[in-house]
Amino acid sequence: MSAVLNLVSIFIFPGMIFLVILGLAGQFVDRKLYARLQNRVGPPWYQPVADLFKLLGKEAVVPEEADRRMFTAAPIFALAAVIAAYLYIPLWGLKPVLSFQGDLVVVLYLLLIPTLTFFLGGWYSRSIFSTLGAVRSITQLFAYEIPLLIALFSPALLANTWSIAGIAAWYAAHPWLWLVNLLGFAVGMVTLLGKLERVPFDAPEAETEIVAGSFTEYSGRFLAFFRVAIDSEAIVSSSLLAAVFLPFGMGLPVWLGALVYLAKIGGILSVLALMRTVFARLRMDQMIAFCWRYVAPLAFLQVIIDLVVKEFV
Amino acid sequence: MSDTDRVVTVPIGPQHPALKEPESFMVDLRGEKIDAVRMRFGYNHRGIEKGAESRSYTQDLYLVERVCGICSYSHSTAFVQAVEEIGGLELPRRAKYIRTLIAELERIHSHLLWLGVAGHEIGFDTLLMYTWRDREQVMILLAKLTGNRVNYGMNTLGGVRRDIAPEMYPEILRVVDLLEERTKNYIDLAQTEQTLIQRLSNVGRLSREDALRLGTVGPTARASGVDRDVRRDDPYAAYPEVSFKVVIDDHCDVYGRTVVRLGELLETYSIIRQLIKNMPDGPITIKAPRRIPEGEAVSRYEAPRGEDVHYVRGNGTEKPERVKVRAPTLANFSSVSKMLEDGYLADLPIVIAAIDPCFSCTDRMVELRDGVSRDSRSLTWEEVSRMGVQWYRDRGIDPSRITIPGACG
Repeated sequence: MSAVLNLVSIFIFPGMIFLVILGLAGQFVDRKLYARLQNRVGPPWYQPVADLFKLLGKEAVVPEEADRRMFTAAPIFALAAVIAAYLYIPLWGLKPVLSFQGDLVVVLYLLLIPTLTFFLGGWYSRSIFSTLGAVRSITQLFAYEIPLLIALFSPALLANTWSIAGIAAWYAAHPWLWLVNLLGFAVGMVTLLGKLERVPFDAPEAETEIVAGSFTEYSGRFLAFFRVAIDSEAIVSSSLLAAVFLPFGMGLPVWLGALVYLAKIGGILSVLALMRTVFARLRMDQMIAFCWRYVAPLAFLQVIIDLVVKEFV
Repeated sequence: MSDTDRVVTVPIGPQHPALKEPESFMVDLRGEKIDAVRMRFGYNHRGIEKGAESRSYTQDLYLVERVCGICSYSHSTAFVQAVEEIGGLELPRRAKYIRTLIAELERIHSHLLWLGVAGHEIGFDTLLMYTWRDREQVMILLAKLTGNRVNYGMNTLGGVRRDIAPEMYPEILRVVDLLEERTKNYIDLAQTEQTLIQRLSNVGRLSREDALRLGTVGPTARASGVDRDVRRDDPYAAYPEVSFKVVIDDHCDVYGRTVVRLGELLETYSIIRQLIKNMPDGPITIKAPRRIPEGEAVSRYEAPRGEDVHYVRGNGTEKPERVKVRAPTLANFSSVSKMLEDGYLADLPIVIAAIDPCFSCTDRMVELRDGVSRDSRSLTWEEVSRMGVQWYRDRGIDPSRITIPGACG
């Protein structure tokens, strides 16, 4: 691959620009659906873009007490990690931009970085609300990350490969076997709510307790970067779930495949918005108990199911 | 160093997204658990009691109505009842019925508002949007009946200022029917929605003994099994002529307070139907004298938040000599620190919200006396400003670099 092509895939398609646009579109879908479900009108389609540019134009204040380097680097790291993760995920063709044996682990690792930056950004803000939010972020991470890992590894176990493209190709060759992994998909959806810090797992940024959690001190372009990173993270994680758990329609012509892909992540985002509407926020202790008591055992059950099915394939 | 032996102090307020009014809660945390809470009033003192002394009784009606934005009618009625008692005025029956009707409509809008706020405090914004959508129905109805959405201006000495046209009765009943159906929906939700029950049950516990000892009133007391309601115990206006049940619950927690308020809504709908059915004809006001004779009276009123007490002393002139307002929040407030004991930080907003607090209604002037000489002194504006600058300079902060005449800088 030539250098120019590399740059194009990192910065334009399917990298930064495409992902950011998709992220903003996803934010719109989420907000509009959330509003309509709550009997509100909701924002016009350009609202996420307008919000982003308004934030970019605002003064960016760095608190005097904060560690300037960590404070300003955190949002950029968050966005960079998310974009890097996106390059490994097959969207509609079977081949992503980059792929190697074991990239599933790398993508999960890259998707961990945004949460770590929430922690570091909040911790180095040195404000009490940011610190509490940071600690809650990292506490929550230990609750949802393990079930998410197990849930994502079980389809890989069945397909006998650690590359996402490999998993997608294997399930394309064995149609309908993805139905075995529906339980894992459900686990993935629930843990995704924790990863994206959404209701009912949004204690790390619970407005009525700790203002905005890690982001309390952030403003201007730093906050804008964080927001874009979170929106993009939603897209990347739902693309990952779609590639691993819903691997159908991968060999279609490009335009049709693109539509199927958009429908998949649109569906996942809609379910996330629906869950956000119907639940109240759980306390940290309730969230952790819920993840370890119900979600983690279900993830293990998925592993067992896959091991059993593997005997027959 | 373990997480549990470090105490972190978190300032909730005076400015904080969870609080709709300025109030200070300094929360000492061990991990996520609350160690101690220090509460402070006094950020929103408006001097209404003092202001009432320099205005005529009629002007005071409108001033007192502005004690609270939500239970404005409660304060106005409690005040006017006290004045009428001193003046020996007996209201026409129709005026009593109209007062009760507006009071109950106000209870609907206050309880629906509370339900929405409670939803918001536990991160359940959908409940907020739904209840406030329904609340809008009763707000529109109140605007149609009185001309205003809040601060209705309905009361006058010896009656009410506006009559309710019989053509409005079907409209009132329509809104009541609609809201009753929606309220039943919310009751169903409160009984089945798991995250809601988990967030409300066993949170902010207040035993019956503590509720009595700390003098709680209204739904807060009734949710702890205290059977008290001024509407039944010391009836005023048209309450002796309607039948209703006092809703009591023995959950003793925030969930109980939710159940009580939802149950009270259903009772309120039944009261309104009875009022409309039995609404008498006749005048809505009697002539009241401008000068109120010497005398004093205490008036009790069951506001949506609990018992509201007004004390008025007249001295034979057009102006009252003393007006004292005891808002329900003051009675309930001391129970908050009890409820927060051993709680989680996450539960703090909902526990505070569960007494349905109204801080501005409660704020009074505090006179600071010297500990030794028992002397209270007042400061001039220059002295206050000098003291403020000096306070910061002593701590090495000089944001303004201004020199104030007479300041030792």
